Amino acid sequence: MICTNFIYAAAGLMFVVFAVLSATDHGNAKRFGNAGFYALLSVSFLFGDRIGDIGNGVLVLGLVAIAGSGAMGRGARGTTGPVERQAEAAARGNRLFLPALVIPATALLGTFAFTAVPALVDPKQITLVALTCGVILALAVGYAWFRPRPATPFAEGLRLMDSVGWAAVLPQMLASLGAVFALAGVGQVVGGIAGAAIPDGSLLGAVLVYTLGMAAFTMVMGNAFAAFPVMFAAVAMPLLIGRYGGNPAVIAAIGMLAGFCGTLMTPMAANFNLVPAALLDLKDKGAVIRAQVPTALPLLAVNIVLLYWLGFR
Amino acid sequence: MLVLAGIGVIVAGFLLRFNPLLVVAVSALVTGLAAGLDPLAILAAFGKAFNANRYVSAIYIVLPVIGLLERHGLQERARGAIAALQGATVGRLLIGYLLFRQLTAALGLTSIAGPAQSVRPLVAPMAQAAAERQGVPPGGDAIPAMAAATDNIGLFFGEDIFIAIGSILLMKGVLEGYGITIQPLHLSLWAIPTAIAALLIHGGRLWWLDRRLARAA
Repeated sequence: MICTNFIYAAAGLMFVVFAVLSATDHGNAKRFGNAGFYALLSVSFLFGDRIGDIGNGVLVLGLVAIAGSGAMGRGARGTTGPVERQAEAAARGNRLFLPALVIPATALLGTFAFTAVPALVDPKQITLVALTCGVILALAVGYAWFRPRPATPFAEGLRLMDSVGWAAVLPQMLASLGAVFALAGVGQVVGGIAGAAIPDGSLLGAVLVYTLGMAAFTMVMGNAFAAFPVMFAAVAMPLLIGRYGGNPAVIAAIGMLAGFCGTLMTPMAANFNLVPAALLDLKDKGAVIRAQVPTALPLLAVNIVLLYWLGFR
Repeated sequence: MLVLAGIGVIVAGFLLRFNPLLVVAVSALVTGLAAGLDPLAILAAFGKAFNANRYVSAIYIVLPVIGLLERHGLQERARGAIAALQGATVGRLLIGYLLFRQLTAALGLTSIAGPAQSVRPLVAPMAQAAAERQGVPPGGDAIPAMAAATDNIGLFFGEDIFIAIGSILLMKGVLEGYGITIQPLHLSLWAIPTAIAALLIHGGRLWWLDRRLARAA
């Protein structure tokens, strides 16, 4: 059966190439920092299941040491300039979109195909497996059409990877911090505080603490998934459902969406808010969050109204 | 209460602009120690979770393809395609993308678009090209940031309509823990009102952006 190992092998091999290309990039004064960082990531993807929990922990400490000491910088390999790109864009025309569309098209067809043959692929990872197939196919098309030197696509990918830099593993780090928080019982303490904040006998007060608590705790954790079990246990279950007889489906679904509004407003949700800013070369790393807040706040208000109105009929 | 010190570390660390990876690691250590865990146990718990969450970072495998296409003029072609389209504005373009992202996410197709796959190579340059025709100066953060924001909003408020997405399964599991059995379809149906509200609010902002640019021109 094809499972995550296939995806991780592909990612691991890519990071091996990134590490080698970084180490041999003589124009970059910090080349060994970059190379070390990508080499550790390749070890994580290729051998993460074999080095044990402590081994993975030490690997993380290595990543933190490299990133925290400022040992990473942007690579100095050349790429094409604006004039060449403009000329090629004009010459190649709209066919340039085709390889880019191979990825989503394969992901789409693959998702349907793998769902039809469940024995072939681990059902939990169907989309990612299909996406990986799409990437490999698109890369093959790119090699056949542009005839680049073998390392060129990876050098170009490394250029984008360097613009993300250490922020690339921040989402994974924050997810791991969530696991330590869970182990230490942070959720129960926060839930206790939230529960104590509700004025006695006030349905509206309970709705507000639940929805705003979902948004606020999501902003701290960077992820509504971590906030939901806590706020549900502290407020939704004993009060909204237990005492006021609310509809559990409405309270769960809209509470989660209130948490998503929090995701739009926090640097802790690094993969949605900080990584895109890095990928787009924005000067202000908070620009994506600032673009989202004016949508997130009114939408949070709508969620509060919807939950109060639809949940208790 | 002591275990909340880790949250304090996070907030202070971000405000004082220390390296976020360092802040996260220190926060994990402080939280674990406050809970009376052994340092080695904290390291093991963190390492185990890091390994289990590798799929979060697997998306970077699209970068070689995107980088190669950029080398051969993909962004320039995306800009050109918008320039050739009469009546294309940044607002209309992003409203169309918002709708596309919500609908495909609602079908479970969350990975077919994203910051690396679609925003950087296609949507952001197209939006910037359209905005420049409406009088926005080149080189600013605002339009690409809005493109990335539209991608997130379309994803978040579309994906929960799909019955097999992670958040729906999490809710189903938590509810079952309290003896409440709910079909995923019921949870996903209640995501629809918020999805419509997201389309109206964010779409309204994009429409307003067009209007503001038209007035300023």
